[in-house]
Amino acid sequence: MTNLELYKKSFCETFEIQEDALKGLVYQGIPSWDSVGHMNLVATLEEAFDIMMDTDDVIDLSSYEKGIEILKDHYDIGF
Amino acid sequence: MDFDEILKIPPYSLDKTEKRGLLTERLLDLTEHHKKNCTGYARILASISYDRKNVYSHKDIPALPVRLFKELSLKSVPQSDIVKTMTSSGTSGQAVSKIYLDRATASNQQKAMVKIVSDITGAGRMPMVILDCPSVVKDRSMFSARGAGILGFSIFGSKKIYAFDDDMRLDIDALQRFLDQHQGKKKLLFGFTFMVWQHFYKELLRLKEIGITFDLSDAVLIHGGGWKRLVNEAVTQGEFQERLKNVCRLGASHDYYGMVEQTGCIYMQCRYGHLHASIFSDVIMRRPIDLSECTIGERGIIQVVSSIPESYPGHSLITEDEGILLGEDDCPCGRKGRYFKVVGRLKNAEIRGCSDTYAEKFG
Repeated sequence: MTNLELYKKSFCETFEIQEDALKGLVYQGIPSWDSVGHMNLVATLEEAFDIMMDTDDVIDLSSYEKGIEILKDHYDIGF
Repeated sequence: MDFDEILKIPPYSLDKTEKRGLLTERLLDLTEHHKKNCTGYARILASISYDRKNVYSHKDIPALPVRLFKELSLKSVPQSDIVKTMTSSGTSGQAVSKIYLDRATASNQQKAMVKIVSDITGAGRMPMVILDCPSVVKDRSMFSARGAGILGFSIFGSKKIYAFDDDMRLDIDALQRFLDQHQGKKKLLFGFTFMVWQHFYKELLRLKEIGITFDLSDAVLIHGGGWKRLVNEAVTQGEFQERLKNVCRLGASHDYYGMVEQTGCIYMQCRYGHLHASIFSDVIMRRPIDLSECTIGERGIIQVVSSIPESYPGHSLITEDEGILLGEDDCPCGRKGRYFKVVGRLKNAEIRGCSDTYAEKFG
């Protein structure tokens, strides 16, 4: 599985949504991505990529696209 | 002034004069914003002939009684922008405050809190033991103060467990497994003072007597939510912390003061036992007789101001708590700003009058 596939899978499984809903998805944009869902997403991503995110990044992870940027820039994950 | 600008400043780095300038500007802006966007709030300001020209410092911004949020639905953004509604903790039958959050306010609360708590615990995330039961955060659209506290602090947890089951019984095996798994790492414990005492400390004490002990010397406990119940059991703060240390070698513990009406702006206790106001907020102790400001060392009603609330007019509130200002800019821990202690709750009868009068007038 590529990193992008893994990233998409983390979102889809955490929020119980289909892949076509991912583009442009933002925090609080769907009921399941609330503050509880957010911490679940962080836990899933950390597990999937074997990383530990900083608190600042946890907060900045405000959209599907922003997450890719954070993982690329701060955790050396290639997409 | 934008909240993002304030977030760039280290949370305990401004002295009295600098902080006054910052808070006055931001709170004046917030007052204008709420006046424009919340009719109920505008009416309150009109009834006291509010004029921004009379505001020389953040202390002059009118304060609403916290109870007003139990009586009125006050919000300064359209309903469609509300992403979360938080409620205060109340005993059954009691009205609860409802606080409406939009995306910006909710996110600024979390950002401010991270700055404040990181200053005490360090920036890294840690394995975290939540001294509560998982059902507290079940209803995701309506958060109790308890759920909001747990969720707010969850950001500091890398791996997390709830230590209690839904009957508030300590899960001894799960706790032991978790501690073994994260041996040698700094850990965070979080809970509400009375629950920590009743369901954690007392259970640890019982277990110790039958030979089961836990070593929490590498853990830091953050606890809050008030002392009322423990005062009834005649447990002082010093004793609470000392006895926890004795039963499980707890590394450090910090009390905090805060309320759901100003989530994010919590007041953390430093190692000298003082609660500290960060640059995001401030406390002003008021004399009950005329609401004039108390001097250092004098007991008064606590007013809190916060630079965060944009979606509801809760930036200046008079609480039902009593406190004593201990000093400003000169705590031995090195943090600038005011430091204080909370001494108790006002008796219901003393403030209900004011609140009810307010509500009747503006409801």
